[in-house]
Amino acid sequence: MNLDKIFLDQGSGGRSSRELIEKLFIPKFKNSYLNELNDSAVFELGGAKLALTTDSFVVDPIFFPGGDIGSLAVCGTVNDLAMRGARPCYLSAGFIIEEGFLIKDLEQILFSMEKIAREADIQIVTGDTKVVPKGAADKIFINTSGIGLVPLHIDIAGQNAKPGDAVLISGNIGDHGMTILSSREGLFLDSLLKSDVSPLNHMVQKMLKTGSEIHVLRDPTRGGLATTLNEIAFQSQVGIEVFQEAIPIHESVLAASEILGLDPLNMANEGKLVAVLPEIYAETVLAAMKETSYGSGAALIGWVKAENPGKVIMKTAIGGKRLIDMPAGEQLPRIC
Amino acid sequence: MKHLSEYRNKDMAQKLVSAIRALSNTPVRLMEVCGSHTVSIFRHGIRQMLPKTVKLVSGPGCPVCVTAGAEIDRAVMLAGYKDVIITTFGDMIRIPGSSSSLQKERAMGADIRMVYSSFDALKTACENPGKKIVFLAIGFETTAPAIAATILEAKRMELNNFFILAAHKLLPPALTALLNLDRINIQGFIYPGHVTTIIGTSSYEMIAGKYGIPGVVCGFEPVDILETILMLIRQIEKGKSKVEIQYKRGVTATGNPRAMEILNQVFTTCDSCWRGLGLMPESGLTLREEYKSFAAEDYFDLTVPTAKDHRDCQCGEVICGNKTPVECKLYRKVCSPVSPMGPCMVSTEGTCAAYYKYNN
Amino acid sequence: MCIAVPMQIKNIKGNSAVVEFEGAKKKVRLDIIDQQPEIGDYVIIHAGFAIHRIDEEEAKKTLRYLEEITAETYETFE
Repeated sequence: MNLDKIFLDQGSGGRSSRELIEKLFIPKFKNSYLNELNDSAVFELGGAKLALTTDSFVVDPIFFPGGDIGSLAVCGTVNDLAMRGARPCYLSAGFIIEEGFLIKDLEQILFSMEKIAREADIQIVTGDTKVVPKGAADKIFINTSGIGLVPLHIDIAGQNAKPGDAVLISGNIGDHGMTILSSREGLFLDSLLKSDVSPLNHMVQKMLKTGSEIHVLRDPTRGGLATTLNEIAFQSQVGIEVFQEAIPIHESVLAASEILGLDPLNMANEGKLVAVLPEIYAETVLAAMKETSYGSGAALIGWVKAENPGKVIMKTAIGGKRLIDMPAGEQLPRIC
Repeated sequence: MKHLSEYRNKDMAQKLVSAIRALSNTPVRLMEVCGSHTVSIFRHGIRQMLPKTVKLVSGPGCPVCVTAGAEIDRAVMLAGYKDVIITTFGDMIRIPGSSSSLQKERAMGADIRMVYSSFDALKTACENPGKKIVFLAIGFETTAPAIAATILEAKRMELNNFFILAAHKLLPPALTALLNLDRINIQGFIYPGHVTTIIGTSSYEMIAGKYGIPGVVCGFEPVDILETILMLIRQIEKGKSKVEIQYKRGVTATGNPRAMEILNQVFTTCDSCWRGLGLMPESGLTLREEYKSFAAEDYFDLTVPTAKDHRDCQCGEVICGNKTPVECKLYRKVCSPVSPMGPCMVSTEGTCAAYYKYNN
Repeated sequence: MCIAVPMQIKNIKGNSAVVEFEGAKKKVRLDIIDQQPEIGDYVIIHAGFAIHRIDEEEAKKTLRYLEEITAETYETFE
């Protein structure tokens, strides 16, 4: 990879982002927490086990069907904490605002943030605001960091998947990514596409309350389900086999993917999680997920295998087999 | 999804596979000409379902992949002009020229916009009268009539800030050129659905007659592809070489004369350089004299040195169906979808990219 | 290449039409379509242009034929 300049690909969450992180960031900051490359770092401090995470939000458009940059900023961080089994408690929020930005839009964003914070039962306890000259930022960027409490006995992380484990997804995939792409490019006059942005911490708490052992939780955001499954397979050095027919996808996402020549497996989600857990708990946890509003479409989509470590293989709906690779970079529509 | 979902039926697919297994005796190599077929074949895992006697090889049918380095170099040069907005289909952005790509130029501040349709590019021209809008006109016969219609509209609107960089490719001349190479070893063609929607089947009749190679025009769903393979095997086993249409809901033998007329009104054929295959006579399109005012290469100075393909790149052989990507020493080592060296790795439809993404 | 999908005509205005596919509506051009479509027809859309009106009868025939040959296969080979 040519490293003299940054390209958009390197922020896409796929292979290029990973290369950038591994080549530049890890060698500089290396420590046992960072090296794990999990959604949050989990560490003990003063007798408590804490999860800490941070995320920046630069979505364009800032308002989209199903949510806005504010709801995204709170959900993203809440979910990253929840994916370590943490109960998210406090968030910080930093705003970089372009000169000329409308106060009414800012109000709407803050309203969304407050609404999600209330729903997720967290508080935004510290923050920062910077205004930059016109053109120095695109409308508004938001960074949120969050801290959560992890029960001492809980160890949920990307490297814990074991052969024989079941792989669950909490609902339809690709909704957020397809919504953003099509509203940014103005692809449709009208569509049923809607982002799935939502806080998943209550669902995770319900899953944990069943007393089931959960090995991995991860939210398939940028890079989509394909990236998340590959990350888990790589971190745990296991193979993952999924069934195409079992993966839930909304018809409108499927249709938009056909029009643009894109694969919903690579499209971002902002209100979904992947759970990897021993087979004996699969049914109980699946039932607990289905009882929640954000997990009503949950499904078992595959199994962890000892064979093909680091690889994700899909049994296709017509009875074939193929490899699922991480998307290389930015998702570009194929037309001709 | 009407007209799509019906052709993803597992039961039908399985039965077609057993029919192919029962019927196929002689080892055959079938070429899927079209990049969308390549993607569909890999995506549905069709290769692994076929008996060992049936090998699928991917042909030259990905317009993004075969766009020559020099054409990218011209686009890169255009991107350097201050008052130019480049409009393009999405996956052209990543394609490397000799020293840069549109992606790199965008990172350095060039105004490069993705469009879904050439009409969107026209709209960009109307909205930015102070800028010059150049559309990178790539694609086969399916896409060229749409571009031609866009040019006619631009002329009607008397737009003087809209240009195209024409790099269209024509499929039949490329197939003929391939067939004239001694190195080609193909017993049947899986012909592209949507190109044939426009051009009809007459040029395939010529191929079937002259070279004795059967062909079937194929739809893009897995059942379409399996049925097409069955139809080809049937012909080959019986020693026939006919042209048949499997994709009847999308294609007629006569094609789309209206689209062809518009294409011919605006464009005329020219020799064209294909990445990995070299110069092929009468295999490209250039604007006719009356429409030359829309030609970017006439308005801007776009002289670029001849671009060379990477010396170890085996894409030519891959496109001819003689080598698989794994037999190329660049594959996966220096050549990957993130930094492609040759045409077949460039677009997700390229053979090497499909191997990389879907195959172990 | 040539990504194209079947979409249904919702309305027509001169040389442009609104088409729909699973709730996704798009404005497309009719400049190069082979046969003038009517509202309710399915057309194949490529890069913002309708290129072909789908013949429902042909589509039905293909499906019927597929059902027949696959039924045949089932008896003969399994």
